[in-house]
Amino acid sequence: MEHIRTPKVEQVKLLDRFSNKSVTGTLHLTATHLIFVESNSTSAQEIWILHHHIASVEKLSLTTSGCPLLIQCRNFRLVHFVIPRERDCHDIYSSLLRLLRPVSYDELYAFSYNPKQNDQEREEGWQLIDLAAEFERMGVPCDQWQLTDVNREYKVCKTYPRDLYVPITASKPIIVGSSKFRSKGRFPVLTYFYQEKKAAVCRCSQPLSGFSARCLEDEHMLQAISKANHNSRYIYVMDTRPKLNALANRAAGKGYENEDNYSNIRFQFVGIENIHVMRGSLQKLLEVVGTRSLSMTDYLVGLENSGWLRHIKAIMDAAIFLAKAVTVEGASVLVHCSDGWDRTAQVCALGSLLMDPYYRTIKGFMVLIEKDWISFGHKFADRCDQLDPDPKEVSPIFTQFLECVWQLTEQFPQAFEFSEWFLIQIHEHVHSCQFGNFLGNSQRQREDLQLKERTYSLWAHLLSEKQNYLNPLFSPSVAESHPVLEPSTQAYHFKFWRNMYNQYDRSMHPRQSILKHVLTLQESKRELEGTVQALKTKLQKFGVSTSPLKPQTPPRERSLPPRPHTGGERTVEGSSATENGYGELMGSFGSKNEPGVVTLEFGVARMTC
Amino acid sequence: MEFAELIKTPRVDGVVLHRPFMPTVEGTLCLTGHHLILSSRQDNTEELWLLHANIDSTEKRFVGSLGTIIVKCKDLRVIQLDIPGMEECLNIASSIEALSTLDSVSLMYPFFYRPLFEVIEDGWQSFAPEESFRDLESMTDEWRLSEVNKDFSVCPSYPSLLTVPKDIDDESLCKAASFRHGGRFPVLSYYHKKNGMVMMRAAQPLTGTNGRRCKEDEKLINATLCAGKRGYIIDTRTIAVAQQAKARGGGFEQEANYPQWRRIHKAIERSNVLQDSLIKLVEACNDQSHSMDRWLSKLEASNWQSNVKEILTTACLAAQCIDREGASVLVHGTEGTDSTLQVTSLAQIILDPACRTIRGFEALIEREWLQAGHPFHQRCAQSAYSNGKPRSEAPVFLLFLDCVWQILRQFPCSFQFNENLLIMLFEHAYTSQFGTFLGNCVAERGKLQLSQKTVSLWSWVNRPQELERFLNPLYEPNNLVIWPSVAPQSLLLWEGVFLRWNRSTKCLDEAYQEMVHIIEYNKELQNKVNSLRRQLAQLETEDKMVADLK
Repeated sequence: MEHIRTPKVEQVKLLDRFSNKSVTGTLHLTATHLIFVESNSTSAQEIWILHHHIASVEKLSLTTSGCPLLIQCRNFRLVHFVIPRERDCHDIYSSLLRLLRPVSYDELYAFSYNPKQNDQEREEGWQLIDLAAEFERMGVPCDQWQLTDVNREYKVCKTYPRDLYVPITASKPIIVGSSKFRSKGRFPVLTYFYQEKKAAVCRCSQPLSGFSARCLEDEHMLQAISKANHNSRYIYVMDTRPKLNALANRAAGKGYENEDNYSNIRFQFVGIENIHVMRGSLQKLLEVVGTRSLSMTDYLVGLENSGWLRHIKAIMDAAIFLAKAVTVEGASVLVHCSDGWDRTAQVCALGSLLMDPYYRTIKGFMVLIEKDWISFGHKFADRCDQLDPDPKEVSPIFTQFLECVWQLTEQFPQAFEFSEWFLIQIHEHVHSCQFGNFLGNSQRQREDLQLKERTYSLWAHLLSEKQNYLNPLFSPSVAESHPVLEPSTQAYHFKFWRNMYNQYDRSMHPRQSILKHVLTLQESKRELEGTVQALKTKLQKFGVSTSPLKPQTPPRERSLPPRPHTGGERTVEGSSATENGYGELMGSFGSKNEPGVVTLEFGVARMTC
Repeated sequence: MEFAELIKTPRVDGVVLHRPFMPTVEGTLCLTGHHLILSSRQDNTEELWLLHANIDSTEKRFVGSLGTIIVKCKDLRVIQLDIPGMEECLNIASSIEALSTLDSVSLMYPFFYRPLFEVIEDGWQSFAPEESFRDLESMTDEWRLSEVNKDFSVCPSYPSLLTVPKDIDDESLCKAASFRHGGRFPVLSYYHKKNGMVMMRAAQPLTGTNGRRCKEDEKLINATLCAGKRGYIIDTRTIAVAQQAKARGGGFEQEANYPQWRRIHKAIERSNVLQDSLIKLVEACNDQSHSMDRWLSKLEASNWQSNVKEILTTACLAAQCIDREGASVLVHGTEGTDSTLQVTSLAQIILDPACRTIRGFEALIEREWLQAGHPFHQRCAQSAYSNGKPRSEAPVFLLFLDCVWQILRQFPCSFQFNENLLIMLFEHAYTSQFGTFLGNCVAERGKLQLSQKTVSLWSWVNRPQELERFLNPLYEPNNLVIWPSVAPQSLLLWEGVFLRWNRSTKCLDEAYQEMVHIIEYNKELQNKVNSLRRQLAQLETEDKMVADLK
């Protein structure tokens, strides 16, 4: 690789972020990873950092012990190296600067990553998620909703997928007319159909209404959506922006629906802030929780000032409003924001997840992301800073969605098939660019990049490790009896997600994990059941009849593929659950007696955490 | 005095009870000497039995002739009673008021309570000091059990038997006692078997402004040091507070007089500040109208979490001195009955696996709180809804329980007990049918003849039927020292206490049940495997014997 000037530096110190501890080792720079290998042969910790995960590299001023290099990652890892020679540090620094700013898609890891699968396996991986089948599962097409081919060639809307579902009464001229009256041509289309009440969740972008403009086709379009649902005489139009933002947009010829022009709509502002506010908020949050010797007061004040949990609650409130309108009132809802690919995606996806237990399973959650985020054109490339960075486009919109789901798992521990490890792993790969799924900004771009031919699908990879992501407490029967989740939105139910934002700060995590413990039990359960069977077969040879094993309550049926054995194998950063810190627990607890909490210096005690 | 005099209206019909997350109940309200009872007189609805002593404060409101009494309890629950008729309502309210604020200890319910269960093991006899001394004797012969305080004249708040260094005679103890606040001279709190280091506790030394010293005190604590070793004195107060204490006759150990000791000051708040913190926290938790920002700012302003962090940090420090630095430790604050006990008891939970069993935890509370003279009666007289002038109330013990819960959260497999035990102890410390937490010290309890006239909490808890509820299904004993994280991100609000009445726990409870089920099913399978193996082995031997015979 022509960008790598110094592939290896020895005697590099890795400083702990929160204590004064450090370890010495060797730093390797490869085409895809920055690798630190600890010299101590007994523990020999290895850290693999994917270049795509690096958000920023900073060279601090020279100290007596060497030249400090600070690397901040998008998966919230922060590493602090001290490199003995200034020259080496500079070489690494400038190589990294180049490597973490790929100039073309071809340079992304996904195009060189090869998990040793053949073409057929790769193809099967991409076929795992089928959105047409998903709409069928919802009951679409039906007598009121149909598939339209108007966007087959991406002529009406470049950022929408080819296949779109619209009311049967919406003719092509209406669709085309409506699309011309909407930002980026993103006209109202179906994203979720609540079969029980025939109510639809539709999404679009803001209307180009300015101060007084109107569009008859767009008005017809909304009417068609309304008419497709006989259960309700009105539809809700949810503008997910704060009213002030929507008003400001009017001056630019955009804006929101005028209730006078649309018959039977109920218009509602929701007040979720824009991508810039969210970016700033996360930055503040990370600053706070990355502070050394953080006091409780500074933590709580910082949490409040960052506004992060307030934003999370706003998204949750909006999703609950949506779910209630659909499931309780039986009304259809049209959701939009400005362009209809950030807040709209958050609210539609989270709202659907509240209504439909399927989206709370591992497969269903993949489908949901594929539908509301990937296919409808959430700009992953821009928001996650994959290529050609425009810092103003970066924003943790998808991260917020994952966090909202986590907040729900805290309130409903049995409602989800997956654990938080699954959410964290998805987050990892949204930024890793190791798989093709999240590359690019739209379906059309993904087709141009021929991702299905040239890269692998994350979903196949995650399903092959499904075992690691299961929630052992998941109960499908709870989902049957309570299909719609009704979370409490009391402020005290929203908590800081330590296992996400401090995921690499192992000293902060519980030293024993209930989740891991119960997962291990589940695994040993299968082994034991097998042993019981084997023993019985042997006993039968002696002519002993054995009663079938009857547990007090029969264990729930679940299809469980055998767990892939990764033990002892070196794993690449971000490619397995165990590498991510949340896997480490019992082991280190048993072997490591380091306090890691308090240190005594010169007889004067100082807490270091 | 007859309770009947205080009960103006013993019975009202048509009273409606409102509780959060529970259906309303309409029924008859009865007042007895110790209970407020509401019964719908239908078979399937639960009755409400509330001890008057559990009532922290009441409020009344009227809409027309319908009166409403809001009852705020010491266990933080708030219930509402709608009482038809203004006079009835006023009578009930004033009766409750009178009955819930009785001053005399001997009128408390534990003196009237008769257990409906057979006492198999008398909890009053379960944790004798002689017994723990026998354990100590098996590890070291450096200590002796002194009877110097047998009539409580040397130190009124200490028990009659105290563990002190073998080489220090009773006369020196008396002199040391006169140099310590309340006579609380340094005594053994914990012996760390692994390296023979000890933790002692005391009250502040009475150095005063002119720097008084006491040779016997110095000799006493030096006697706990091995030759050439140094020790740490952990003063739970900041240096400023400790300095101020000098003006009132108190103070701290001067380096010059204690050259083998290093003093460390920490900043655990005094008890009256803690009470204020509790009141603010509960107020924040009970206000359902808070926005996100307001909630966080109220939580912060209550300072509760800061207190938890500071106490836990100090305990970690004490444990670290002992286990990591191999040094002995002396802990004290001002009186040595509050922050001192928080630190010494938490440090033992960190260091000593025995304290993480149910029995060991009970012994710890008995040793480090009850016998060590934490004034439960004063501290737990009122809880978070006290609106009168605060006297000596403070949630010192509740904070200790909160800290234990934090460690339990971080080491969920290291404790034999679960959160329920901690919540139960919180409840009983404030109000109970048992006598365990009555009085302020051993001497007072003796005068009240609690062990004869009341039932011990431990007699009840240690029954197998009750214990089940407190067992942690995840428990796997380990002999390690457990170092909790004290980063703010690692410390959580104890929802089981503070949001207990403000949230529905249905989903959480069901999930817990599912977890228990998984664990139990696993055990069952393991047993099945074992028994099948035995059966098979037996058959195989028999088979072989038959074959051999042939």
